[in-house]
Amino acid sequence: MDRQKLIVVGAGMAAGRLLEHVTDGQPGAWEITLFNAEPRGTYDRIMLSPVLAGDKTYPEIVTHDAAWYAERGIATRFGERVTEIDRAAKTVTGTDGVPVPYDKLVLATGSSPFMIPLPGHDLDGVIAYRDLEDTERMMALGAGNRAVVIGGGLLGLEAAAGMAARGVAVTVVHLMGHLMERQLDEAAGFLLRKSLTDKGISIRCSATSKEILGENGQARALLLDDGTELPCDLLVMAVGIRPSIGLAREAGLAVGKGIHVDDQMLTSDADVLAIGECVEHRGAVFGLVAPLYDQAKVAALALAGDDAAFVQKELSTKLKVTGCDLFSAGDFSQAEGREDIVFRDPARGVYKRLVLQDDRVVGAVMYGDTADSGWFFGLIRDRTDISEMRDTLIFGPAYQGGTAVDPMAAVAALPDEAEICGCNGVCKGQIVNAIQDGAADLGAVRACTKASASCGTCTGLVEQLLAVTLGETYAAPAAQPMCGCTELTHEDVRRLIKAQELRSMPAVWQAGAWATPDGCHVCRPALNYYLLADWPLEYRDDPQSRFINERKHANIQKDGTFSVVPRMWGGITTASELRAIADAADKYNVPTVKVTGGQRIDLLGVKGEDLPAIWADLGKAGLVSGHAYSKGLRTVKTCVGTDHCRFGTQDSTGLGIKLEQALWGSWTPHKVKLAVSGCPRNCAEATCKDVGIVCVDSGYQVGVGGAAGMDLKETERLADVATEQEAIDVTVAFVQLYRENAKYLDRPYKWLSKVGLDWVRARVVDDLEERQRLLDAFALSQSVYQKDPWAEHARARAESFQPLASLHREAAE
Amino acid sequence: MSTWIDIGPLDAVPLRGARKLLTPQGCIAVFRTAEDEVFALDNACPHKGGPLAEGIVHGRSVTCPLHNWVISLETGEAGGADSGRVPTFPARVEAGRILVEADRLAARPAA
Repeated sequence: MDRQKLIVVGAGMAAGRLLEHVTDGQPGAWEITLFNAEPRGTYDRIMLSPVLAGDKTYPEIVTHDAAWYAERGIATRFGERVTEIDRAAKTVTGTDGVPVPYDKLVLATGSSPFMIPLPGHDLDGVIAYRDLEDTERMMALGAGNRAVVIGGGLLGLEAAAGMAARGVAVTVVHLMGHLMERQLDEAAGFLLRKSLTDKGISIRCSATSKEILGENGQARALLLDDGTELPCDLLVMAVGIRPSIGLAREAGLAVGKGIHVDDQMLTSDADVLAIGECVEHRGAVFGLVAPLYDQAKVAALALAGDDAAFVQKELSTKLKVTGCDLFSAGDFSQAEGREDIVFRDPARGVYKRLVLQDDRVVGAVMYGDTADSGWFFGLIRDRTDISEMRDTLIFGPAYQGGTAVDPMAAVAALPDEAEICGCNGVCKGQIVNAIQDGAADLGAVRACTKASASCGTCTGLVEQLLAVTLGETYAAPAAQPMCGCTELTHEDVRRLIKAQELRSMPAVWQAGAWATPDGCHVCRPALNYYLLADWPLEYRDDPQSRFINERKHANIQKDGTFSVVPRMWGGITTASELRAIADAADKYNVPTVKVTGGQRIDLLGVKGEDLPAIWADLGKAGLVSGHAYSKGLRTVKTCVGTDHCRFGTQDSTGLGIKLEQALWGSWTPHKVKLAVSGCPRNCAEATCKDVGIVCVDSGYQVGVGGAAGMDLKETERLADVATEQEAIDVTVAFVQLYRENAKYLDRPYKWLSKVGLDWVRARVVDDLEERQRLLDAFALSQSVYQKDPWAEHARARAESFQPLASLHREAAE
Repeated sequence: MSTWIDIGPLDAVPLRGARKLLTPQGCIAVFRTAEDEVFALDNACPHKGGPLAEGIVHGRSVTCPLHNWVISLETGEAGGADSGRVPTFPARVEAGRILVEADRLAARPAA
C-alpha cells in the first residue's frame, strides 16, 4: 500500500519535536521529507547562549541530527530552501526545481530576526543573533575587541553576557528606560543592570540609535542620536523576531502577523498545517519554546486523525546569564483591582514582586532568588486561591506561617567596612566590635567610637546596629520613619545613599527595603533631592518626583492657576524690566500684581497653559526664573548700602547681587532666603533670614539660622569676616553643608538645632580645607543645575503645558 | 458597543505623570503609571477641586497638589482617613496610543 506523503518545511525545534511524535505514534505510516534552509539538522536554539558563553559546545545542543532522521526513515534535504508551494497540485519545490508531492504539508518556517533599517545596517560586521553562524561570528571576535548590542531584551543581554565572558568589551544600547521591560519592572531591571555592569558590560538605556558608521564597508561604530559614538568591531542587533510567512503568503494561505492556524494547527488549507514561531493563533505569536512543543504535539495528533486542541498557557521567562537569577511570569500590568506584594532583601540583593487579583496570583517578577519560581508559576497557571496564605505568600512554599520581614535587614547587610559615621570616619565593623566589647547603648558607642557624636545624622543607623548586634536585649527609642514605604528615617536614608553609593531611586528602594513599587508623594521628592545633592553628575533629576511647583516652575494657587515671579537680583530692577512685566501682565490678563516680602514682583493668576509664553516674553527682556516656588535659593533682600544711604558701611546691594548670582538655581532641603543689610539698623531685616549678613565698619557679620515663619528666631552669629569674598565663601560653604546633611524640608534653623552651631562653624569657618571642599562641591553641582528653567521649558517643553487633546470638536460634529 | 477615541501617543504623557484632556464634560486628567497603565479621572479632587493632573503619581494613586489627598486611579476613591470619590472613565493603551471611551466623554452635556 502506498504510504501517505508528509512534507515538513523547516527543521527547527518545533519540527524536530513534531517528527518525534509522528514517528513514535505512527511508526512507518508516513513517507516523510524534511526541508531545512540551514545546512544542518535540529538543535536547541535556546542553548546557543550557553554555547556563546562557553558553558556548552555545539554538539551538546544538537537534538536531532541527520543520523537520527535517517534512522527514522526521514528523507532530509538540509541546506535547501523551498521556493514554491503549489496547493492545487499539492507539491513543494526546492532549489533543484523538481516538484515533490505531498498529502499533508507542515510549515515550520520559524522566524527571522528583525533588522532596524538604520543607515549602515547592511555593512559587514552587522549581524543578528539567531543561528549558529551568528553565534560563531560572536565567538570568533576574541578578547580585546569591542562589540555593541542593540536591544536590551532577553536575547540581546544573553549575547552581551556571552561575548563579555570571552573578554570582549560590550556595550548594550537599549531604547527603553530599563532592561527587559516586557518581562521586568523597573526595580528588577535595575538589579539586572547592576549585575551586568558588575560583569563589565556597559549599559545605555533610553538610548536611540541613529546610524551605523562604516569604513571600507565594515561597521566601525554606532552613532546615537545624542551624538555619542560607540566604536565596535561587531554590531549585534537583537531587537526582536518576525514570523517567516513569505512562503505561506505566496501560496495564498491566510496570514496576519503569522500564518493563521486554528486550535488543531490547521491553516486556511486543511491539508497544510503550521507550527512554531511562524504561526499566529488567536491573535498571538510565539517566541518561547513551551507553546511550540505543545503545538508540535497537537499537530502530530491532528496528522494521526486524533482529537486535540492547542491551548495558550501562561508563560514564564528566565535569563540564561550566569549570576543573573531572574524570573518573570504572567501579567504584571494593566488592569483594575490589582494589588502588589513586594519583598526586598538588600542583604542578598533579592527582589520579589507578586501581582494579585481576586485572591489569585496573576504575575510574578523575581530577581536574585528564583528558587521558588516554579511554585509561584504553578499558582499563576492553576489560578490557585491564595487568600488563606496571603500574609506569608511572598516567602514561598517553605515559609508558610513564617515571620515578618526584618526591618533591620538594610543595616545588617552592610559590609564591615561601610562607613556609618561620615563626620568621624567610623565603619560598621568598629561599631559592632565596640558593642560586642560591652558598649550597650548609644552613649557608650559614642564614647568609645565617636560614631554619631558629631552631626548625629547617623544616630538611627548606630541604633540599628545596636539592635542587630544585641538582639532583643536592646530597646531602641522609637524613630520616625521617612514615610509608610520604609522603616528608615530621613537620616538613615541620607547615610545609606552616601555609604552604599546609591545613585538611583530604584537603588534606594532596594537597599532601603521599600514596601511599595515606586514610593509615594512623601518619599519621592525627598529621595530626588538627596540623590541630586549627593550625585549631581551621576543622578538625573526626576521631574515626576517633584511637587508640581518645582515641576512647572511656578507656584500653584488654590484655583489651579499659577504665580510667576521673575528674579530681580538683590531686589534691583530697571525701567525696561518693569515695562516687560507690565506688558506681560496686560497680555496674559494677569488679575493680581503684587510686591512680595522678598523684594520681587509677583504676577498671580496665570493659566498653566500660558506659562511657556509668558516666560518667553519675560525672557526677551532678560528676566529669568525667580525660583519663588522652589526648595532652593529664593531671594537675597538688600538695602541700598553705601550707594545712596548716609549710614551705609559697605556695598550691601552689590554683595546681595553677588550672593544671589552665586547661589541661584541650586536645590536645597527647604527654601533658603538671604538678606544683606548695609549697617546695624538692618533695613533688609537680615537677622531673621536663613543666612543674614549685617555690614559693619570692620567688615561683615554672617548670621545663620534665622526664621520668620511658623517659628520666629533670630540668626546666630556664624562668623565675622573682613572681606566681601570671605563673606561669600562662608555663606556658600554653609549652604553646601546644609545641602549635604539636612533632612528634606528642614529649614536651616531646624537642622542647626540638631547638629549645633559649633559643628557647623568647625567645618565652614575654622577648617579651611573643608570649606574649600564644600565650595568645590557646590560649584560642581551648580555646573549642572544653575540654568534658567523658564528659558529651557519655553524652548523645549512648551507642548507639555498644553492639554493632550480636546474632544470639543468631535462633539460638535 | 462602545466607541474608543484616540487622544494621542502614550509617550506624550510622562511616566508617573498626567496630561489634561478637554471634553464637553469638563477637564479630564489622563494618568500614566510606572507600568505604562493609563487611567482617566475628572481633573478635580473631591476635597477642594484641586487639579489632580498636577499631582505626584505613585503606584496606582495620585496625590492632589493642594492638600495631599491620595486618590486611587482605579476607583477614584480618596484613601486613608479622607472620603470622597472622583468620577473615572474607561481608558486603555493600544499599539502605543491612548484610547478613551467616547460615549460619556464626547457627548454634549445634558442641557
